[in-house]
Amino acid sequence: MASKVIHAIYNDDDILMHAVKDVRAERYHIEEVYTPFPVHGLDKMMGLEPTRIAITSFMYGLVGLTVSIVMMNFIMIEDWPQDIGGKPSFSYIENMPAFVPIMFELTVFFAAHLMVLTFYMRSKLWPFKKAENPDVRTTDDHFLMAVDAGHHDTDEVMDFLRNTGAIEINLIDTDEDH
Amino acid sequence: MYTLPNKLKLFAIIFMVIGAIGIVSGFLNAPANTAEVKEMLASHGDGHGNETSHEESNGHVDEGHGEETAHAGEHEAVGHGDEEAHLEHTLHQLQNRPWSALYIACFFFFMIALGCLAFYAIQFAAQAGWSPVLFRVMEGITAYLVPGGIIMFVLLALSGFHLNHLFVWADPEVVAHDKLIQGKSGWLNGTGLLIRAAIFMGGWLLYRHFAVKFSRKSDNEAGTTWFKKSFRISAGFLVFFIYTESMMSWDWLMSFDPHWFSTLYGWYVFAGMMVCAITTIALVTIYLKSKGYLEVVNDSHIHDLAKFMFGFSIFWTYLWFSQFMLIWYANIPEEVTYFVTRIEQYKLPFFGMLAMNFLFPVLLLMNSDYKRVNWFVVLTGIVILAGHYIDLFVMVMPGTVGSSWYIGIPELGAMCFFFGLFVYVVFSALTKAPLVVKNNPFIKESKQYHY
Repeated sequence: MASKVIHAIYNDDDILMHAVKDVRAERYHIEEVYTPFPVHGLDKMMGLEPTRIAITSFMYGLVGLTVSIVMMNFIMIEDWPQDIGGKPSFSYIENMPAFVPIMFELTVFFAAHLMVLTFYMRSKLWPFKKAENPDVRTTDDHFLMAVDAGHHDTDEVMDFLRNTGAIEINLIDTDEDH
Repeated sequence: MYTLPNKLKLFAIIFMVIGAIGIVSGFLNAPANTAEVKEMLASHGDGHGNETSHEESNGHVDEGHGEETAHAGEHEAVGHGDEEAHLEHTLHQLQNRPWSALYIACFFFFMIALGCLAFYAIQFAAQAGWSPVLFRVMEGITAYLVPGGIIMFVLLALSGFHLNHLFVWADPEVVAHDKLIQGKSGWLNGTGLLIRAAIFMGGWLLYRHFAVKFSRKSDNEAGTTWFKKSFRISAGFLVFFIYTESMMSWDWLMSFDPHWFSTLYGWYVFAGMMVCAITTIALVTIYLKSKGYLEVVNDSHIHDLAKFMFGFSIFWTYLWFSQFMLIWYANIPEEVTYFVTRIEQYKLPFFGMLAMNFLFPVLLLMNSDYKRVNWFVVLTGIVILAGHYIDLFVMVMPGTVGSSWYIGIPELGAMCFFFGLFVYVVFSALTKAPLVVKNNPFIKESKQYHY
């Protein structure tokens, strides 16, 4: 199925922000915006949903906490009971103060590392991955907005985008299916 | 300009009157001699926590919070030989109770004002851009330093010169038989305590006086002259504060257990002080906003205050745990008694305040969105303040009343009295100047502050 995407290239983040606002006001669909650096407020302007990574982080933290408790209980209490601090009670709860640093560290460790992995997976990033970037200039000093031409008249959309301050407009015909 | 509503004035006065009645009745009900103690111990029904001291004499260490755990049978089994000595001991504990209750409540509200002053100074020293819209609220809260400080000083004078028995080290008879306190008496003596207290409070009040003066002056004069002056004295004050606050905590709190010491005690008290101060700033701000004042304060400012409440709660827990774990692990008798006493006789408040000061704020304020919901911040704030009152209670009471503790009329009365006084002083001070500062170089940034 042939779909047409228009690439509008900007050279200023303020102009880009205004353009995003105008494009959305005209109800054109923005597929993606490529920027060389994070543009503050762009996600809100594009109408993207807030991230849920904090929730995953909390859950990973709980996993880490559980792992540390189970692990310490097995190592220090069950498998090879230890006399901790001269108080041989052989009970997890009575020896808990000694385990708190490990419980804390593993909570943080799990939350941080798994959150980063989640972020990579969610952003479809992995080693040796080929860049999805449509134009190398977006890694330098240009901003690219990909607008779905859809059922609209492409000339009209291109004219509209030119008026939002784009320095360059390209019509991309993606005939090949992927 | 804010005007003190008559309702609020009446509210504060009612609290002060009820509190004063509670304090006085606490003193009147304290037993005067061992015969009265015996009588009080015999009547279990009135529930002033005497039962707990009672169980101790039976070698029966209880959690120490239950008035319903009266054991009439065991009561009669008390040996006759040590009964008089035990009654004498309990008498001193019960006589100390209204004084301790007064001391804790007085210090609690004093430390809120003091923490607020330090927080205010940090804003200037850091040239913070988010907070200038809250400066007048902070100035209002620090106004309590004057009356609170005077009462605190009087209480310290009474305790330091052994007019009540709060400080064991102030009792010449005890010191005569105590090698450890003798060794510390160069520092721990009534005169020294009062000289140091005068220097500490003098310094704090001096900074408060000039900081508020400069802030008021800058309202009438454009330019950064007064801001620069405030910046300079704030930086100086913070250096003075962190030394004096640490010494203050040894003098006014740690010396209740004169044999015991902890090297991070000053930080620990400081962390508790900061949480309470920031919580109070948030509560007063939300109250004023709900009455239609402080329109420039938006949810982002409340969000930042809640972040500080969250952060300092964790910082407090970190210090509490650092102190606890090392002492628990090493298990050195002269150190570990501090926690043994608290866990055996104060189990519920000791662990309860950990839940209130750590688990509760961490779980409630972790979500970013909840930090912007005002009633959520108020709810958490009230629990945090109550938790830190209990924290203070557990710091002071074991050294003064031992197992004869209870949260009853003297404690609640003292809390009510100082709460009323605090509300009255703080909100009267808020009427003295416009609620938003003018000409602060960061005021525009603060008004437009957006997270």
